[in-house]
Amino acid sequence: MTNLSWVWWNWNLVYDLRVMLQYEFVRNAFEAGTMIAIVAGVVSYLVVLRRSSFASHALGHVGFSGAAGAVLFGVNPFYGLLLFTTVSGGGIAALGQKASHRDVEIGTVLAFMLGLGLLFLAAYNGFATEAYSILFGDVVGIDNTQVLFTFETSIPVLIVLALVYRQLLFASLDEEVAEAKGMHTFLLGLIFMLALAVAISIAVTVIGVLLIFALTVTPAAIAVRLAKRPAYAIAISVAVALFATWAGTFIAFFEVEPTSFFIVTIVFVIYVIVRALPWISSGLRSLGLASRRPATAPFPGGRERSSSEGVADGVPRSHATDAELT
Amino acid sequence: MPVEIARADHLEVAYRGHPVWSDANFRVNRGEFVAVIGPNGAGKTSLFRLLLGLIRPVQGELRVFGQAPHRGNSKIGYVPQTHVVDRDTNVEAVQLVRLGFSGNRWIPNLTPARVRAEREATEEALRSVGAAELAKKSLGAMSGGELQRIFLAEAIAARPELLLLDEPLASLDLRRARELVELVHTLVRTREVATLLVAHDINPLIRCLDKVIYIANGRVATGLPSEVLTTESLTALYGVPVEVLHDSRGNLVIVGGEDSHKDPDA
Repeated sequence: MTNLSWVWWNWNLVYDLRVMLQYEFVRNAFEAGTMIAIVAGVVSYLVVLRRSSFASHALGHVGFSGAAGAVLFGVNPFYGLLLFTTVSGGGIAALGQKASHRDVEIGTVLAFMLGLGLLFLAAYNGFATEAYSILFGDVVGIDNTQVLFTFETSIPVLIVLALVYRQLLFASLDEEVAEAKGMHTFLLGLIFMLALAVAISIAVTVIGVLLIFALTVTPAAIAVRLAKRPAYAIAISVAVALFATWAGTFIAFFEVEPTSFFIVTIVFVIYVIVRALPWISSGLRSLGLASRRPATAPFPGGRERSSSEGVADGVPRSHATDAELT
Repeated sequence: MPVEIARADHLEVAYRGHPVWSDANFRVNRGEFVAVIGPNGAGKTSLFRLLLGLIRPVQGELRVFGQAPHRGNSKIGYVPQTHVVDRDTNVEAVQLVRLGFSGNRWIPNLTPARVRAEREATEEALRSVGAAELAKKSLGAMSGGELQRIFLAEAIAARPELLLLDEPLASLDLRRARELVELVHTLVRTREVATLLVAHDINPLIRCLDKVIYIANGRVATGLPSEVLTTESLTALYGVPVEVLHDSRGNLVIVGGEDSHKDPDA
């Protein structure tokens, strides 16, 4: 971890930023971090919609073995990461249409892959710092080559996702109808898993495999609580990921604690606040602090009846004696 | 002369190598409301899969709009039986209806004309199922009856000429089931969309139907409700004595047939 505690921080944020951006590694961190946050924010919405968060978790861990293996063989760890995550992503896509019910299979392969990672780790001497940055991320350790890798992989992923967005959304929300409409739901699932694999591979450089949830799941988990429209939810998800990455990098420049800690903490705090919003607003209302809604008279039956129920008027409602035809 | 939408001649279907039913002959015309009735596992869903071009018949001929069925026929609207919408799906209903209209396109709507066409079709579909006020409601927060109406709107948004509804009444109580049947009936009449509705109970439907396709015991009987739903016809179909009883309201009870189906759910 880079210790930057010699720089003093100042309440003038513009000044702080100008000081920071004099350093190349900070510029790299912001450039790569921005791209990664955008990709992770977009992909995480699909992860949440398709309930593939376990697959996302698993790909991160598998990526660790890939990165460890690459380091052992003297290759750039990013290549190992990308290779292992894309192959495993393809494997998960081949398992089933939606990975949500495949925990057992994924978990079994995952344990084996982590075992491999351990083997690579043991076989390589003096590996501790590399392993540490793969496990927990090191945004300020990003070099020019990695920035380039990030852009080279992110931009194609974003273009592909923009092209398949509607179909992927449809296949994620209503797979059977999508399939009946002649859409290639398997191919769409594969595209999604490959996009997820790339998103995870690049996000590992920022946040590390152990904390991958913070960028590939939680931003969208926050967003879907705030927006019912997919486009808005994706925008919020990207905004959360961007804010956490930027703010985390910014704070970490002036503090000794690792960047990943700040990113994860920011995402977590936003998540807790969003989860608590219903309680906060109902608490305020009960205290009479918020504007009171007109009280609705409860129906005698107890359960509140929504006005939207009841399609056709004049439908006889007393057919209690219909016999079942089997 | 009625316009033919679908026709089957000596049609036979198999599931994993086992015959499900055979020698089905029926014709569905434009604007007809047809119930597909039968015990669980009789192969009602298989009929839909045939019409959608997802499986091929073993024997016989099936024509949909005068052609062999093929996947991705945009003239068919489909509501499957097992829609998975759980409480976490916080997506407003109108989005699903929009996807029903144009979700099979690769490229997002880029021109204003396409955006407008989609919005109008979506609003019209929601209105015609009486769900205009549900447009912004989250799918995960909906009741079974509300969801069925949204799925119906999704299925009709692209203005299909054939509508396939697989067990839409299954999760509904009797009153909601009747309301949905009324609604489907109205859609059939106003849009002239030929509709096949799978159900295991014919009673909520019986007053609206034009035809019945009754599948049981590996065989298929089709015709007017008054022809098919008789003691003689169902006894012949099941191959064991079956009796059709009528109550004072015109409801039917079929006694004796329920044990005679043979294949697991197909």
